[in-house]
Amino acid sequence: MRIRRIAAIAAVALAFGVAACNSDSGNNNNAGGSTATGVVGKAQRDKKLIIGVKADQPGLGLQTGTQYEGFDIEIAKIIAKGLGVDAANIEWKTTVSANREPFIQQGTVDLVVATYTINDDRKTKVSFAGPYYVAGQDLLVKTDSTIAGPEQLAGKTVCSVTGSTPAKRIQENYKDTKLQLFDAYSKCLPLLENGQVDAVTTDDIILAGYASQAQYAGKFKVVGKPFSTEPYGIGLKKDDKSSCEKINDILKAAAADGTYKAAWDSTLGKSGTPAPTLDTTKLTNCG
Amino acid sequence: MHVFFEQENLDAYLSGFFWILKLTGASAVLALGFGVLLAAMRVSPIPVLRGVGTAWVNIFRNTPLTLVIFFSFFGLFSTLGLEFSDELDTNQFWLGVVGLSAYTAAFVCEAFRSGINTVPPGQAEAARAVGLTFAQTLRIVVLPQAGRAVIAPLGSVLIALCKNSTIVGTIGLLESSNIMKQLINDNGDAVIEIFLVFAGTFAVVLIPTGYVFGWLANKLAVRR
Repeated sequence: MRIRRIAAIAAVALAFGVAACNSDSGNNNNAGGSTATGVVGKAQRDKKLIIGVKADQPGLGLQTGTQYEGFDIEIAKIIAKGLGVDAANIEWKTTVSANREPFIQQGTVDLVVATYTINDDRKTKVSFAGPYYVAGQDLLVKTDSTIAGPEQLAGKTVCSVTGSTPAKRIQENYKDTKLQLFDAYSKCLPLLENGQVDAVTTDDIILAGYASQAQYAGKFKVVGKPFSTEPYGIGLKKDDKSSCEKINDILKAAAADGTYKAAWDSTLGKSGTPAPTLDTTKLTNCG
Repeated sequence: MHVFFEQENLDAYLSGFFWILKLTGASAVLALGFGVLLAAMRVSPIPVLRGVGTAWVNIFRNTPLTLVIFFSFFGLFSTLGLEFSDELDTNQFWLGVVGLSAYTAAFVCEAFRSGINTVPPGQAEAARAVGLTFAQTLRIVVLPQAGRAVIAPLGSVLIALCKNSTIVGTIGLLESSNIMKQLINDNGDAVIEIFLVFAGTFAVVLIPTGYVFGWLANKLAVRR
């Protein structure tokens, strides 16, 4: 009986604990000294932000030790600066493709800048600012491969990541293709090198990052026939409209004053690709 | 519960647990056979066999299962070219079974070895006195009694194996933990519900399993 009573107490305590957590996150969104709500409000009050980024994508979001670097990271820093948060006060949180929506919905992160494609399905769960870059899905193959486009994938094995847009597109549009799924793209590369998969698929810019890594230099090539449009957005809590608009304003300013170009040149630009122009007319309406 | 009322999600849920069932079944059979063999090696009079048995147990019992499964996939398959099937999932399944069995066999071996210690030394001495060889002594006299003594611990090993089989998800097999991730990703508003259903399914299957093994252990125990 004693044990049962302790269990009951523990259960009640747990229930209260959960309830407390919930009300906490509610307060974070609404209360506080300033009138601003959501992410903008949190940045003003705490001078801190938790930003979800990728940790295994060279050129975009790559973690070495405790440091993160890449184009996404630079974009995140620009936004944080615009919201009044120093780069040193950003807490980086590694996300993978499958946990970005849950992380935003549960408040684990304030923003997600992690090669995050804006699409209608995701818009029902989170809000998007941006896009800050437009990529396209492509294929990474061995240098001597004959695959020249997605039409030639029938019967071939393609590697991608569970829950990602590229994986879903292959599943739906190229049904004869076998799909090897992992939780990170980095696991696909040894398989491609050894020939167990015929191609790795995701956005061209990510693939280019992998192809240019020192240990794979000269072994892989990007096919160069993108078969989708992937506008990368900045994910934040649904209905945080004012923060979303504020972030879009920051992006506009960054495009105008050259910080966007500088972010590109210091990361992906090193591969020789000139900086794209950020088309500020295409920014989301945050609706 | 709305998530599991959709046919597509329900199918995914069932297929995920079907993989778990198959992984557990196949690995349990292989691990039991191999584990008994390892136990026999560890009590054998031949030093080389004892050494191999001890080394196997110490290596696999002290290596994280994730690494064992990873080695199965990236070592045996990707680097050494061991391929069981052209079908991706069948291949992942058998590579997973190889890893799970190699790992679980170490625990089965140790359970049996402890069982062998419960058999009074007089039994083996008597067997030798009537002229049985080591193999005969083990097969006819010692192992049957040892096996009946270790049913309860083997039940724990089986339960652990069933839960461990979710780790095969790391090499891409769409078993229950990957299906759970997928469902959570598609239904971010029902995370707790999905989690509880998956955890609950394991509990509903495994708690009775524990009781069945407890009951069996009692019923089959050697009365001395």
